[in-house]
This record gives sequence, C-alpha cells and structure tokens, in this order.
Amino acid sequence: MNGFSRLERFLRTDPRDVGCGEAMEILHVYVELVAAGEDPEARYPGVAAHLRACGPCEEDFAGLLAAARLIGPE
Amino acid sequence: MSSAESSVSGDPELRRSPDPDSAEWLRTLTGTGQERDQAIERLHELLLRVARAEVRRRGAGLRVSGPELDDLAYQAAADAVMSIIRKIGEFRAESRFTTWAYKFVIFEVSGKLGRHFWRRPDARLDLEDWSRLPERFGSGPEHHAEWRDLIAALRRAVDEELTPHQRRVFVALVLNGVPLDALVARLGSNRNALYKTLFDARRKLEARLAGYVTHRT
Repeated sequence: MNGFSRLERFLRTDPRDVGCGEAMEILHVYVELVAAGEDPEARYPGVAAHLRACGPCEEDFAGLLAAARLIGPE
Repeated sequence: MSSAESSVSGDPELRRSPDPDSAEWLRTLTGTGQERDQAIERLHELLLRVARAEVRRRGAGLRVSGPELDDLAYQAAADAVMSIIRKIGEFRAESRFTTWAYKFVIFEVSGKLGRHFWRRPDARLDLEDWSRLPERFGSGPEHHAEWRDLIAALRRAVDEELTPHQRRVFVALVLNGVPLDALVARLGSNRNALYKTLFDARRKLEARLAGYVTHRT
C-alpha cells in the first residue's frame, strides 16, 4: 500500500462507526468475546468498524485483550 | 456515526448474575472494615500488574522510560482503583469484574501517556506544515513531488470545507501527528468529541476529493 492509498483509506469513513464513547463503553464485553474465540464483529459491527478506524481505541482494545489473556481473572 | 449499539445495559442478553469471582470482588469491595481494605489493596496490586504490562507493551513508541514509566503505571493503577470504587454500582456483570476493572487502568495509562506527550520538545499543536503530509502517510522524500498536486487540492478542501475547529483538529492530528489523547488533554475535551470532529472533517474531505486520490493510487 502506498501513501496515496493510506490517505484514501484514512479519509474514507464507515457509517457504522459508533465512535469512541460507545466503543469504549462496551470494550470489556467485546474483549471477552474475542478471548473466547467468538465473533464480536457479528454482534457489534459498529464497534469493529470503529476499532479499524481509531488508532487510540484499537490500542486500548489490544491492551485490554492482552491483560485479559495474560493476567486473566486473578 | 452510528449509535445502533449504544445501550449495553439495554441488551437483556448481557444482563446476568456475576460469576463467583466477580461476586466476591463486589461483596468485598462494597463491604466494610479490614476485608474491604484488603480487597482494595489486592485490586491495586492487580491493576498495577496490568498497568506495568501495558506500558511495557506500548514501550517502543513511548519516549518515557525507567522510573518515570513505573511511576506512570503506579499512578494509573491508583487512579483506576479510585474510579472503580466510585463507579462500582455501574458494574452490570456483562463481563468478569476483572475485565471491567482492567479497562479503567488501560484508559488511565492512555490518558497519562497523552498528557506526557507535551513534554516532548518537538510537540506542536497549530503549526501548519503541509510538506509533512507525505511522510505522515508513509511516503518517502523520493515521492514528495508526486504529492504536490494532491497536497494543493487537499489544502484547498481544508480551507473551503472545514470549520475552524475541524481545521485545528485536522492539523494537529494529521499534519502534526499529535496523538488523540494528547489533544484531548491539551484542549480539555474528550476522545469521543475530537474523534467525531475528525470523522466529520474526513467525510467532508473525502466527498470533496472523490476520485482525486483514487486516480493516483
């Protein structure tokens, strides 16, 4: 992918994108679905669309998933 | 943006009784005396492990290290415990208690790293240097000439389509590479509001430049 493609992808918005607030509200549920091997995108397509577009929320998702997997429920 | 998935609490499938571990956390953290104190201490230890693991995981991209990074993790864990105690009544058992609690400390780490960004000497908010656009999208100097027309078109679209606030957010996030959480801290806003601002700006710019970028890919 070249720079033009990256710019084009950045400008393209997904109308299903629910935004940071709603995605972060549900993130713990979404992460447990991923950790359980289920398909969270089928249930929360708007959250999945958001995580694809929002770097900071995707980073929080990755961090929470890592914590849930590595540290577990304690 | 959509809001079809807005109400987690409105989804009856997600409402359930807490699992035994979560119920025990709830019982002890909402209890009294020594048992509650011990639960809070245990929660802090757990969240400190999560915070330390998270700052290590993000490590390569950070310009924070050593004791400063550990202090940030410690503070994130302490602040997360306070928030959890304050909001424990909002836990609805849609997940394990610990997954819900880990979310608080992950958010604290993000927020604190965002505020930390402004200590960097090269951190800029309003400088509008369009020559950095190709680099921001991963194009090396050898391609900069190819970007000239596109930069001019995008700049015109920014001038003519965006509100002053959208323009400021676009310049900070896109041209200057300010992290979203850093901009949140600087403007006293929140992530959702600034993301929405950028989302609307992207939509306007995409409509204005329809086909222009694709033609060059």
